[in-house]
Amino acid sequence: MAAIETLVPPAKVAAAGAGSPVTVEARDVNVYYGEKQALKQVDLDVRRHEVTALIGPSGCGKSTFLRCINRMNDVIEGCRVTGRISLDGEDIYDSDLDVVALRARVGMVFQKPNPFPKSVYDNVAYGPRIHGMAANRGELDEIVANSLERAGLLKEVRDRLNDPGTGLSGGQQQRLCIARAIAVNPEVILMDEPCSALDPIATARIEELIDEIRANYTIVIVTHSMQQAARVSQRTAFFHLGELVEAGDTPEIFTSPRDRRTHGYITGRFG
Amino acid sequence: MAQDHIVKSFDDELAKLTQAIAQMGGLAEAQLEASIQALTRHDPEYAASIVKADKRIDELEYQVGNLAVRMLALRQPMASDLREVVAALKISSDLERIGDYATNIAKRAIALVEAPTISTLYVIPRMAQLVQTLIKDVLDAYVAHDADRAMAAWQRDEEVDAMYTSLFRELLTYMMEDPRNIGPCTHLMFIAKNIERMGDHATNVAELVYFLVHGHALDQTRPKGDTTNVVVAPRAQTSAHE
Repeated sequence: MAAIETLVPPAKVAAAGAGSPVTVEARDVNVYYGEKQALKQVDLDVRRHEVTALIGPSGCGKSTFLRCINRMNDVIEGCRVTGRISLDGEDIYDSDLDVVALRARVGMVFQKPNPFPKSVYDNVAYGPRIHGMAANRGELDEIVANSLERAGLLKEVRDRLNDPGTGLSGGQQQRLCIARAIAVNPEVILMDEPCSALDPIATARIEELIDEIRANYTIVIVTHSMQQAARVSQRTAFFHLGELVEAGDTPEIFTSPRDRRTHGYITGRFG
Repeated sequence: MAQDHIVKSFDDELAKLTQAIAQMGGLAEAQLEASIQALTRHDPEYAASIVKADKRIDELEYQVGNLAVRMLALRQPMASDLREVVAALKISSDLERIGDYATNIAKRAIALVEAPTISTLYVIPRMAQLVQTLIKDVLDAYVAHDADRAMAAWQRDEEVDAMYTSLFRELLTYMMEDPRNIGPCTHLMFIAKNIERMGDHATNVAELVYFLVHGHALDQTRPKGDTTNVVVAPRAQTSAHE
């Protein structure tokens, strides 16, 4: 391990060091969309039960990187991923790997709340059903209630479990999507700008929720709001033009970043 | 920072902050110089005008505070910008204190008008001159973001401390020689202490410039030449019990 670390420039590696063990380890990751290279030699460690924020200007590759972690890029035509990404030491790009099982271990929440056009209950029950996680209705009820509780939504929807999920407010819908992701008991939750369509109060609720659930999950969040990255994450990685410029402890990144480009971006000087 | 912000009004506000600090520093320096002149010239009217002028420094401190809070609330500055705002807030309170010490010297100058001239008085203007240079240097370093220059001034404060210690001993001797000296010498002691404290505030500013430039606090301890805390009065020649 030590030998690998010395090969990689220190600024690029969010080296595990002290603290939590590494859940997701990316080494030398390159992503191409056809001819265009979207990610260049990215090395990043995502630590267990921490929130890692990915920041950077539009088109910098942060969402591309996020989508590599649950192989969402597989569905994009012409997309090619090289390098190694492992989840708990297991190569997720191994040809024998069951992608459906991977996506149960690595859940995702998108920018716009996207509940299924089903009831609140069925939205949450969907995953556990297809993964055969409940032996009977009682168990399923428990998973649904538990997931809604963890997503901070149970109190608000207890009497509306059979109403359509799409009838909830935007913030509630997003928490429903988080409950849906939690229901299959993933290890990692990926969030792609989960608050950009929400008002400040709903945003604060989601941020509070992220802080609560990180005790049980490892979270990677892409956000355009630097304040949000500063508020919710323990580690921050700054991407620019497909490169991982700098990754480190969030307070360090926002108070004294090492790289000139990071500094330029977070202080609003980006040329 | 060489590169400008995308939002230009942010740069304007930062420039305003720096200007207000520079102005405060200039005023504090001038107040110190004037207070020493009032002391050496035995000029109570001049001294009174110095006391009055302190208001301007207080107003500027208020302005800096307002602007800084406004920028924190509205701009949410990060990294070097955040340090810029925090440093300005702290520097302004150091400069305000320097102004207060100058005012105190001016008030004591009024009290000393009728007092006999003490022969060591020449040390005080020298000490004041040195502190004035320190204030000027740390402010120039602040405006130029020059941590090395700030640190050079930081080191020189030791000389001020040493001057203060030797003056302290000398004044003690005068007081022991003739109890009528106790009143004026106590005022002079306080004046010297005020100047010494101004030097300490200048070193605070120097440390803030270091923080501003490097992004972390200075981790050295400043050499201290003020040893008055261990100075005791020379043993009297005769004692009531002997």
